[in-house]
Amino acid sequence: MIAFLLAQTIAITGGTVYPVSGPRIEHATVLIRDGRIVAVGANVTVPADAAKIDATGKWVTPGLIDGAGQMGLTEIGLVPAGNEGALRGSDIAASFNVAEGINPASNLIPVTRVEGVTTTLASPGGAWIEGQAVLIDLDGATIEQMLIKSPVGIVVDMSEGSKGAGGTSRAGVAGRLRRVFNDALEYSRRKADYSRAQMQQLAAPAAELEALLPVLRGQLPLIVYANRVSDIRTALRIAREYKLKLILSGAAEAWEIAADIAAAGVPVLVEPMDNLPSYDALGIRYENAAVLAKAGVKVSLMETETHYSRRIRQQAGNAVSFGMTWDQALRAVTLTPAETFGVAGQYGSLEAGKVANVVVWSSDPFELSTGVEHVFIRGKEIPLRSRQTELLERYRSLPPKY
Amino acid sequence: MRHLPAAVVLAFLVAACASGGGGGGGARAATGSPAPAQTASRGTDSSSVDRPQYPSTYQRHPNPPVLIRNATIMTARGQEIANGSILFKDGRIVAVGATVQAPADAVVVDGTGKFVTPGIIDVHSHLGVYAAPGTDAESDGNEATTPVTAEVWAEHSFWPQDPQIPLAIAGGVTTIQALPGSANLIGGRSAVFKLVPSRTVQGMKFPNAPYGLKMACGENPKRVYGNRGGPSTRMGNMAGYRAAFISAEGYRRRWDKWNSDHQGDPPSRDLRLETLAEVLRGHILVQNHCYRADEMAQMMDLAREFGFHIRAFHHAVEAYKVGDLLATNGVAAAMWADWWGFKEEAMDGVQQNLALVQQAGARATIHSDDPGGIQRLNQEVAKAMYAGIRVGIPITRDQALRWMTANAAWVLGLDSITGTLEPGKMADVVLWSADPFSVYAKALQVYNDGWLVYDRNDPAHQPRSDFELGQEPAPGSDR
Repeated sequence: MIAFLLAQTIAITGGTVYPVSGPRIEHATVLIRDGRIVAVGANVTVPADAAKIDATGKWVTPGLIDGAGQMGLTEIGLVPAGNEGALRGSDIAASFNVAEGINPASNLIPVTRVEGVTTTLASPGGAWIEGQAVLIDLDGATIEQMLIKSPVGIVVDMSEGSKGAGGTSRAGVAGRLRRVFNDALEYSRRKADYSRAQMQQLAAPAAELEALLPVLRGQLPLIVYANRVSDIRTALRIAREYKLKLILSGAAEAWEIAADIAAAGVPVLVEPMDNLPSYDALGIRYENAAVLAKAGVKVSLMETETHYSRRIRQQAGNAVSFGMTWDQALRAVTLTPAETFGVAGQYGSLEAGKVANVVVWSSDPFELSTGVEHVFIRGKEIPLRSRQTELLERYRSLPPKY
Repeated sequence: MRHLPAAVVLAFLVAACASGGGGGGGARAATGSPAPAQTASRGTDSSSVDRPQYPSTYQRHPNPPVLIRNATIMTARGQEIANGSILFKDGRIVAVGATVQAPADAVVVDGTGKFVTPGIIDVHSHLGVYAAPGTDAESDGNEATTPVTAEVWAEHSFWPQDPQIPLAIAGGVTTIQALPGSANLIGGRSAVFKLVPSRTVQGMKFPNAPYGLKMACGENPKRVYGNRGGPSTRMGNMAGYRAAFISAEGYRRRWDKWNSDHQGDPPSRDLRLETLAEVLRGHILVQNHCYRADEMAQMMDLAREFGFHIRAFHHAVEAYKVGDLLATNGVAAAMWADWWGFKEEAMDGVQQNLALVQQAGARATIHSDDPGGIQRLNQEVAKAMYAGIRVGIPITRDQALRWMTANAAWVLGLDSITGTLEPGKMADVVLWSADPFSVYAKALQVYNDGWLVYDRNDPAHQPRSDFELGQEPAPGSDR
């Protein structure tokens, strides 16, 4: 599915390279050819025809991955015209795959990628079983060119926000989810009966139940948004019952049961700068990511607000401030989300054979003084321009240049 | 994956803005009285206008003198003193410099490798009026019942037990302006608070701080009232402000006349017009939520029409387009580092907004408008500073520091009292673990008026709201 538009050899030389999959390498070269990384190391021979990027004194990392948000599915928050991420009308929208709602021309894409974020989730939101999330690279003229994997999971909201789906009770939500899953399994066993109308009324239309079957077969992750410990435990319990491949997102109180989550082998996506108490998460706190990482949970960091996906590096910096190691935090915005979404064979680290999503930073990517020097997506250098840089140029001296 | 991004929620519910009158920088008591000059005692038959209007009962907490030494002292007055010291006593800064003698009873804090700044001032907060846990029960920020509600006072909504307050303190914030939301053209009075634990609102009110008047331009009022009798357009917004101030002019005249001649009965008291008349007298600072450059220019004309002054535009996402006009008019801009895109009037956000406003010679300040952002205003300032520096706008560290301290104090009319580290100023002081412009810096100690209100390494100095007690487990605790 991944398309490479450019046949070119690029050598990023002299930088301090953080491959993530291995230790830091000083004065190293990252060699890119035809959109793939072909070599990483201190002793890489640079072909004569390679375009050279001097990264001496700079830091080189994989492109950052934000495992949240609605990139391409939203334009202006309050303007419905550009919002495509919510399927209204039914609270069970398992068959709703957001991919064709993505706008490759969205203004948010350049604004985000020029800050070193090269890959994001495009996630549905607005129902209960919200639909199918996809993973995209932030470059491409068509949806097909952007898509990395579709779907990467089916999203279910099991937070306070979805109580309406269960008759305003968390127990109702859990019970209804089991009924939907049970009906999906029964439907899959009795499709012939279904087509002859010889089945009882099902908990959802056949198309929705059909869409859930990959989840129930353990082939496709169920991405559960939950914050309260009791809701996280419910998600873990249901995942055990149905042998699901579970991903937890939000997970504000997950730190309180970090050992149990680690034992279950469930990856978690958290937002480190989120610490405001609500009745959905009275135990929310800055140390969540650090406690989870220390317990051995596969933690990814995320920025849930799509317009601010570029802040994921500030999220990571704050996670470090509150106890993550720097290496854990870098992994949590690169290789771990790639693993979580099942694309680590191609994404998330600087290794030969992987897709060449590479960022050259002036220094530590999490530090506020650091700027982006070069961004490569699939081996193509991205111009560091966006609508915002054009506004800046117009108004940087007044009166403006109209 | 969260369903409503916080910024969108804010856009729906809140909206901030301000611009204010009032003359010079000094704090001035602005009472609710229609005419502050007329409060001569008239014995027992005095009316409500002559009596105290919810006065501050704030008292400085007793504390020993404190000397922080061997730290980098960032003064917000131009200097950054390496290996410097600061001494404060009885709530006042006594000395700042390379060598400072400490009295024998001073608590001495070793600041080696650490940084000291003035306490952070957030000129735009809804703490207390949109308190956590964020249910309808705590939603007290917008009196969205009619477009002009100059009669409401944010302090009458403010909840001192908002659990977001201790979080802001831990971020180094010592003073906030709590504002009504932006649903209304004129949303009501703001109030300025010291962030200290207190049972009462009055116990947090910054003594003698001028009030602010919250006004709002643009999308929010017309969205809220478009189907409820208007305004439904921006021209409707403007007509609404003008009608309100026309009424206030007459009210002010009637009271000024009565105050000078005391002929007959005093005019009827009207809370809405009383506040607006105080704006016209220059006693209340206008704090104007306004995103678009063209609307800021309109509002400055409105202020000229009625003879008041706008103190600051808040949010001011397009301030960089009119930095020269702001400078000429002496109007500050209170901005975010990087918010954009959550509604159409926020589309043109650029990360260089503060730097460009500074470059144009106008007063720039950061603001949060957000209970998360208020905890990291040092980071927000750093982002805004480096965004400017990276494209060649020459912002100094001291200028950037002023964005969250001295300039913010000016927006609140408190710049002669707090916002810098110099002898005589209120001892609002933060000790940072590292350069506060680093993402890795944390406030280690926060002194408010000389009182150690927060110490990251001492649970005895980590205030918790009543709300949190018994509800929020500490890390490592067995739930």
